[in-house]
Amino acid sequence: MLQPIYLSLRVATIATILSLVIGTSFAYLLAHKRLKGITLIETLLTLPLVLPPTVIGYGLLILFGRNTIFGRFLYNNLGIQVVFTTTGAIIAATVVALPLMYQSIKAAFANIDPIYERAAATLGAGRIKIFFTITLPLAWTGILSGTVLAFARALGEFGATLMIAGNIPGRTQTIPLAIYFAVETGNKALANKLVALMTTFSFIVIFVLNLWLKKKHYISLMREENVES
Amino acid sequence: MLRVNIIKNLNNFKIDVAFEMGKETVVLLGPSGAGKSTILNCIAGLVKPDIGSISWYDQALFDSDKGINLPVRARKVGYVFQAYALFPHMSVSKNICYGVNEKDVIGNPKALVMEIMEKFHISGLANKYPHQLSGGERQRVALARSLVIRPKLLLLDEPFSALDTETKAMLYHEFLQLKNEWNIPIILITHNEEEARLLGDRLISIKQGQLQE
Repeated sequence: MLQPIYLSLRVATIATILSLVIGTSFAYLLAHKRLKGITLIETLLTLPLVLPPTVIGYGLLILFGRNTIFGRFLYNNLGIQVVFTTTGAIIAATVVALPLMYQSIKAAFANIDPIYERAAATLGAGRIKIFFTITLPLAWTGILSGTVLAFARALGEFGATLMIAGNIPGRTQTIPLAIYFAVETGNKALANKLVALMTTFSFIVIFVLNLWLKKKHYISLMREENVES
Repeated sequence: MLRVNIIKNLNNFKIDVAFEMGKETVVLLGPSGAGKSTILNCIAGLVKPDIGSISWYDQALFDSDKGINLPVRARKVGYVFQAYALFPHMSVSKNICYGVNEKDVIGNPKALVMEIMEKFHISGLANKYPHQLSGGERQRVALARSLVIRPKLLLLDEPFSALDTETKAMLYHEFLQLKNEWNIPIILITHNEEEARLLGDRLISIKQGQLQE
């Protein structure tokens, strides 16, 4: 029972870190630069939210499989094998977690009054200093909630993972896969335990996040009242 | 000596201004939407004029002919924004310290921040956050933050508009003192004529982006 839990935590953690970096970069670039094809990039980033996981998994399977130039390049030149490996599970989890992360961070950046970044610039700060001292700290509520949601989503990923990584205990068998195959093979005891664990964990995560966001909202309301008085 | 000669097309009208100033307080007076803030933003480098030039003595801050557009951070222009734009996640002392570059400071940057807080009577607020301050206190912090970097000139966008009458009277007085003490060019924006006459050495009226001195 411990193996899928450990693997799930590892896959979800790495996937969350990857989508945090990718999501923040894209949200920042799309908010601050007038790039051509913004709508196209945004659509691609958000697409995994609405596509069936099997479609994503199949797409990844084709992209990373050794029948394509890209897949062959990864395997022959970098020694990276994606299909039926933990790497595959991480990529699948990252792709499905990214839209949630991106949306949260984008909203958080959009909520920042640009006047603060401008004020920082007049005080001699360059882009990098402004990003780390003004933009990130002011957006961190949104970044944190995006991170939590992305982690929960990565942890629960099933369809795409099964398609690209298969069900190999210790390598690609995460909790959701372990549950599915426990039910398939009639191991109800194991399925019950894992389902209870998964549900409790997700409940606690969302509950704490909501509690915290409410408190945060309350504080910001207090601040606004203070401004008016 | 600051020289401004710029044209900037906005949606419904065009800003076309030219003026020069030395160590004096120039008040830009005009109704809201006349383009006053845009002029300040052009001087600070936050907005790029379409054509023209802005220069400080013989240093070009902006020159469309020569393709010069100095970035905001290199202009060293103090700017107090209309709602002060104090960083909400930083304490008063952190706000004031933000622009203090340790390489530029002779001596201890902390001492510099303490000194300016004393000057503005805000030493007791060092650890408070902007949302805990009154309007007048916020203005003092914003002024201290922009002056601590020793700017070549100071831009003030409606700095008194968010204050009640009593606080205003007190801060007018403080402003007149500050003006004498710092002795740098100051451009102040207001739509209040009384305020303009009280605080300015020179008045420039602006309507629809055009000067009417």
